[in-house]
Amino acid sequence: MNSLIQLKNGVASLASDDWTIVQLPATQVEARKQAGKVVLFKLTGEESVTTEQIENTIIPATGKIIVPLSVFIARHRELANRVAENEVGVWLATHELLEHLIQHQTDINELPIIAIFVERFADGRIFSLGTLLRSRYGYKNDLRAFGDVLRDQLFFLKRGGFTSFVIRADRSAADAIASLNDFSQPYQGAVDEPRPVFQRYNRGT
Amino acid sequence: MYKYDEIDQQIVDERVAQYRDQMRRFLAGELTDDEFRPLRLQNGLYIQRHAPMLRIAVPYGMLSAKQLHKLADIATQYDKGYGHFSTRQNLQLNWPKLEDTPDILAELATVEMHAIQTSGNCIRNITTDQFAGVAPDEVIDPRAMAEIMRQWSTFHPEFALLPRKFKIAVSGTLQDRAVVQVHDIGMEFYRDANHKIAIKVWVGGGLGRTPILGAVIREHLEWQHALTYCEAIVRVYNLHGRRDNMYKARIKILVKALGIDEFRKQVEAEWLHLKDSPNTITEAELARVAQHFADFDYESLPAQDASFDTAVASSPAFAAWVKRCVHPHKTSGYRAVTLSLKPHGKPPGDASSEQMHVVADLAAQYSFGELRVSHEQNLILADVKLSDLFAVWEKARAHGLATPNIGLLTDIICCPGGDFCSLANAKSIPIAEAIQMQFDNLDYLHDIGDIELNISGCMNACGHHHVGHIGILGVDKDGSEWYQVTIGGKQGNDASIGSVIGPSFSAEEMPGVVQKLIEVYIKERTPEERFIDTARRLGIAPFKAHVYAKNEVTA
Ligand code: HEM
Ligand code: SF4
Repeated sequence: MNSLIQLKNGVASLASDDWTIVQLPATQVEARKQAGKVVLFKLTGEESVTTEQIENTIIPATGKIIVPLSVFIARHRELANRVAENEVGVWLATHELLEHLIQHQTDINELPIIAIFVERFADGRIFSLGTLLRSRYGYKNDLRAFGDVLRDQLFFLKRGGFTSFVIRADRSAADAIASLNDFSQPYQGAVDEPRPVFQRYNRGT
Repeated sequence: MYKYDEIDQQIVDERVAQYRDQMRRFLAGELTDDEFRPLRLQNGLYIQRHAPMLRIAVPYGMLSAKQLHKLADIATQYDKGYGHFSTRQNLQLNWPKLEDTPDILAELATVEMHAIQTSGNCIRNITTDQFAGVAPDEVIDPRAMAEIMRQWSTFHPEFALLPRKFKIAVSGTLQDRAVVQVHDIGMEFYRDANHKIAIKVWVGGGLGRTPILGAVIREHLEWQHALTYCEAIVRVYNLHGRRDNMYKARIKILVKALGIDEFRKQVEAEWLHLKDSPNTITEAELARVAQHFADFDYESLPAQDASFDTAVASSPAFAAWVKRCVHPHKTSGYRAVTLSLKPHGKPPGDASSEQMHVVADLAAQYSFGELRVSHEQNLILADVKLSDLFAVWEKARAHGLATPNIGLLTDIICCPGGDFCSLANAKSIPIAEAIQMQFDNLDYLHDIGDIELNISGCMNACGHHHVGHIGILGVDKDGSEWYQVTIGGKQGNDASIGSVIGPSFSAEEMPGVVQKLIEVYIKERTPEERFIDTARRLGIAPFKAHVYAKNEVTA
């Protein structure tokens, strides 16, 4: 069963997925909690990826892969040829900083796909990350949401510039597609339609 | 007031359809409790002690007579024939059936109403001054901007799932009545040196378990940028606010952790990219929305009315009501009227369906068909002719809506507390009722004068106890209900958070404790001092001494 929804020119359809997500291995060392400590910029308390995890990440030898940001940065030499072949995308967790991606990869449009992993559907950081990638950093290729991606977030994800959605495995992507069109004339401008309704529709005077 | 066009109507209609399908999926087991929770919350549906609770949005507190009639009918048909007006100017139904809520929303949509974002971790109903548009001290009527912000925040795709709830208040008066300093964002509209509309922006205020007054993030913001500046603030918060601990997730915690200067720096850096983007408000849009709030066709009336003066002179009861419940109006010959939802011994803020119909009729007959809800949980007729006041009073009085206690001790702000709310440490409504009965003497109440007493059943502070001149907070000690008392809190331009006077009290002691606090005030006050002034001048010491003195004697 397909769990991928792909938006092309505003039209959504179920699609087969030719990308493989590369996962970090589980961490060996005890999680270092940042929560409670006041760190400028990062107060949200997630643990960071360890060097062991990055080294132990198994990257498949062939095929199209989406690698974790930390692996993409640390092992870029290994990946360089495949990046040139358009076979490498990057994924970020919602607490990771886009700045790290941008610092490392000056032209992000060399990446055919960027994916954001959302661990819990209620984590709305994904919407800001999508918005920033599109509007601030000018990303033009496929922007994907995966993880705890459920039907009732799709409309917002679409408006935030996401173009593909891997629906959580226990749910029907075919049913979920309908929610991409829950509302026909949203009020505010966003990535998919930057003009707010008062700029695009004659509401009288 | 604002009237929907086809765009607004389509959005609420599509919301009803969306919600109906979410409810269907939930009942069919296709959505787990955890998955359904944020969806239902963003539609105002809580699961509470006895039944679900549905919070209906009353944007910035404005209602038409037609809408209030509909709310009354809904309360009759789907609930127990009453509703509760809340401190955020909304209406709550305490006993709807889960399965009925889609139908209730469909009914609401027929009168341009909804329950969108009345709860949940999103931008909530935007609140303002209940006298917006008619207050003599108003510089700018904030309602047009509030409506523009309502539309912008409705289903804002970037801010649909924030770390925590987000409340915005706007005000355009010299005397702040919207408590902008205890909101996540507070916007104070004023005219700048060039006579242009400008905004002073506050951020990071809030009550709850960590009460904090907001800090000024920008002294001067041109009105066109209201939306993009809010986007910058909320974006920084969305990305960096804590999500690991819901008690530390409000923006106030982020602002405190970073410090206002660092927070401002990040917001301003973000705003550089957003400034002048398409969400910048145009003159045309402001004008379009503002005309919905244009002045009514007021008659030109003299400042005096003979029949009114005669009525005041001949009826002391009417005179008492006029003194407390009638407020100045910017137009000669008109007044604003507060209909008290605080009759002594009844749950503050509750109105029966019958009362709602009466108020709607009064609004239709005497106040251009509109009314407002105040955050003090009363109803307001904003545009009544002097010569009609007596008729309004007679009808209101016949329906228990004319208790002359506005701004007095028994005009209590009170959360639903332990009778309804599953988070409560203690009941709050019975405390309010007991205090009202203790002070059930109008002459005495008038002598005590202006005072605000606020009660919350737990530290979530729905009843704004921190900013009450007297604040009462329900606490749990070894499984029984106790009450902690603060004094010296205040809303308004010089807002402050109250100080705890000492160990907490049992429910039975509470009316006596309030009595003691008042005794100290009466004894110590100078002729022009209100309770809050005396409390500020003297600090808690004399109050504490008197209140606890009695305990020592009897203990
Ligand atoms: C009966 C069910 C209710 C529940 C479960 C509930 C829950 C809560 C919670 C958990 C908070 C604190 C949130 C935080 O600090 O992050 C809160 C705050 C608040 N609630 Fe309620 N509430 C209820 C009813 C009400 C009612 C009826 C009103 C209006 C009378 C109200 C008005 C408020 C206000 C004004 C705050 C603001 C405090 C602030 O600014 O931090 N709530 N509520
Ligand atoms: S203050 Fe506490 S008890 Fe009262 S309504 Fe809010 S959460 Fe419930």
